Amino acid sequence: MKFAGGIHPAYHKDTAASTTATLPLLPRYVVPVAQHLGAPGEVVVAKGDAVGRGQPLTEPRGFVSVPVHAPTSGTVTSVKELPHPVGRPQLAVEIESDGRDAWWEGITPHGDWRTLEPALLKGLIRDAGVVGMGGAAFPTHVKLSPPEDKPITAFLLNGAECEPYLTADHRVMVEQPAAVLEGVGLMMRVLGVTAGHVGVESNKPDALAALRDACPRDLDLAFHLLETKYPQGSEKHLIAAVTGREVPSGGLPMDVGCVVQNVGTAVACVEAVRDGRPMTERVATVTGPAVRTPRNVRVRVGTPLTDVLAFCGGLTADAAKVVLGGPMMGLGQFDMDVPVLKGTSGVLCLRERDVVLFEGGPCIRCGFCVDACPMGLVPSAMGVLSERGVFADLPAWHVTDCIECGSCAYVCPSRRPLVQLFRRGKAEVRALQPKAAGAA
Amino acid sequence: MLVPIAALAGLGLLSGLGLAAAARVFAVEGDARQDEIADLLPGANCGGCGYAGCADFAGAVVRGDAAAADCPVCDRRSAELVAAVMGLELDEREPQVALILCQGDDHVAARRYRYNGLASCASAVQLGGGDKACGWGCLGLGDCQAACAFGAVEMTAAGVARVLPARCTGCGRCVTACPKDIIKLVPKSATVHVLCSNHGKGAGVKKQCSVACLGCRKCEKAFAEDPRIVVSDFLAEVDYGRAPDDPALVDLCPTGAIVHVEQGTEGGTP
Repeated sequence: MKFAGGIHPAYHKDTAASTTATLPLLPRYVVPVAQHLGAPGEVVVAKGDAVGRGQPLTEPRGFVSVPVHAPTSGTVTSVKELPHPVGRPQLAVEIESDGRDAWWEGITPHGDWRTLEPALLKGLIRDAGVVGMGGAAFPTHVKLSPPEDKPITAFLLNGAECEPYLTADHRVMVEQPAAVLEGVGLMMRVLGVTAGHVGVESNKPDALAALRDACPRDLDLAFHLLETKYPQGSEKHLIAAVTGREVPSGGLPMDVGCVVQNVGTAVACVEAVRDGRPMTERVATVTGPAVRTPRNVRVRVGTPLTDVLAFCGGLTADAAKVVLGGPMMGLGQFDMDVPVLKGTSGVLCLRERDVVLFEGGPCIRCGFCVDACPMGLVPSAMGVLSERGVFADLPAWHVTDCIECGSCAYVCPSRRPLVQLFRRGKAEVRALQPKAAGAA
Repeated sequence: MLVPIAALAGLGLLSGLGLAAAARVFAVEGDARQDEIADLLPGANCGGCGYAGCADFAGAVVRGDAAAADCPVCDRRSAELVAAVMGLELDEREPQVALILCQGDDHVAARRYRYNGLASCASAVQLGGGDKACGWGCLGLGDCQAACAFGAVEMTAAGVARVLPARCTGCGRCVTACPKDIIKLVPKSATVHVLCSNHGKGAGVKKQCSVACLGCRKCEKAFAEDPRIVVSDFLAEVDYGRAPDDPALVDLCPTGAIVHVEQGTEGGTP
């Protein structure tokens, strides 16, 4: 099956065959408190404290919140605002490594997840700070806690990795298929689901084959080789392509009985339970024409970007832009001191000539964006409304259903900054909402 | 020929009479003073008073919900005339002007990245707070200028906004439009101002902007007995309740964040 809309950008999956290399231990790590969607935790360490690897640095605040952990053993040198990928400095814990890389004494392996209660598993996943590793970094235990009136009938493993350039998930599937499937079994146990699906884009047949070959007999999984089309890795579009179900406007996957999890997240869940090890590292793709040795790296959360780039041979002389994430939805960076976060799936390095500047011409009503929008929206109309400041009309066009995938801007012959217009429009619509609720 | 003419004329007459009757029967009692006041108001419908427009404000004055002086745009003479319509005296109020608390243009303030996007401050702010190295700096994309109904905001060639006091009516629309929250309404008579909103401290601030307030407290100490400039959270702020007017303060500031501006002493449009 297919979803409607979407685009076929140049994929540049140059690092698909690059075996994951592990970054050596570094002298310094910076662990921001805010790394996931939801409330950041409360810092529970102070300057001068000795910490072990995997020791919690924060206490979660509220349900949609997870702790962050020390990426290695050492000393806390400061707790202050430091550069963060979102652009403004954010509160972070700075750790000086002691070189021993010793695990914290509080780490306790919990053994086989098959023998543990779902509620306990969920707690362990939360305490290990596991968040969605596809990029959005939504706390995993929340997704594994659907309300009782929303029964889950299908679990989907997301191995689409539709962003151009990125191959981190691809390598995880090829290199650790058994761990990925363990994680799938674990999450299906938490959800009480018996049927699962695996979705992988057709440009990674080896990844799907690796998972199929490693699949244990007691795991009931259907394997789907999906069309290679952006944004196949978006939850709603994966669900449409695999199950044919359509998530309603404003709804969540659980509204159609689905839970979607990324392959890296599955591995993190297993490590959290089997080894009792919190999420302190991830696989990320360092790639693009402006980095000397593009490769996949296993990197500790909190590693400064400078060190990641140095491990990959450094930037070339004509490097002009560094993006955290993929080229479609990633976030451009201006400070190479920012750390790798739990949700950092890649570091894309581009030259001046690879970067397209928006000149923002008028809409010529060609309708290309309408065909490209995978959410079935009308980007041309919403763009004009937002540009003209007619924000009150935007809800009628369902601007809040926009997933900011950028397909519209990609095909726009007028090079209109459509996603930026919608981001602005969404912010204005959100600002209008409480007022509307108060009046009603 | 005659029949159609007569028929049409008859129809016209009939409808005319109907309308005349309806106007009598369904007439709405209005307060003539509302129209009279609306005629005296500036008619820009700027919303600076908090009402939907000049006519709405006129209605509020007639109902007694608003005072003549509540129109921030009216000059004194018009306000007196409005008060006179209501048979009231005008209560004295100090006229205000908008002031942009940033002079960090491209000559003095650093930018962190090349911004390539919509020419709108509110949109630029969504990208990590904007491209200015200073987190409190004017982005120079003109949201305040677009909001001003009186053409009182200009963008300098070097990229910051500036209010033209002679045109500014103090309606406050630019204050709400600014996503960096660095525009303030100040008394028109005040002459000494701290044109900076940076709450950062020390050396880091100097790298961001050479005319930023460092929070050194030199100005505050000049009023040891009687604080008129107060430094809080590494930023000097003028207490406009008793604003200082000594131009010597300007020389006291090591970075040039304090400036002396004559904004005109009497209210009124040019």
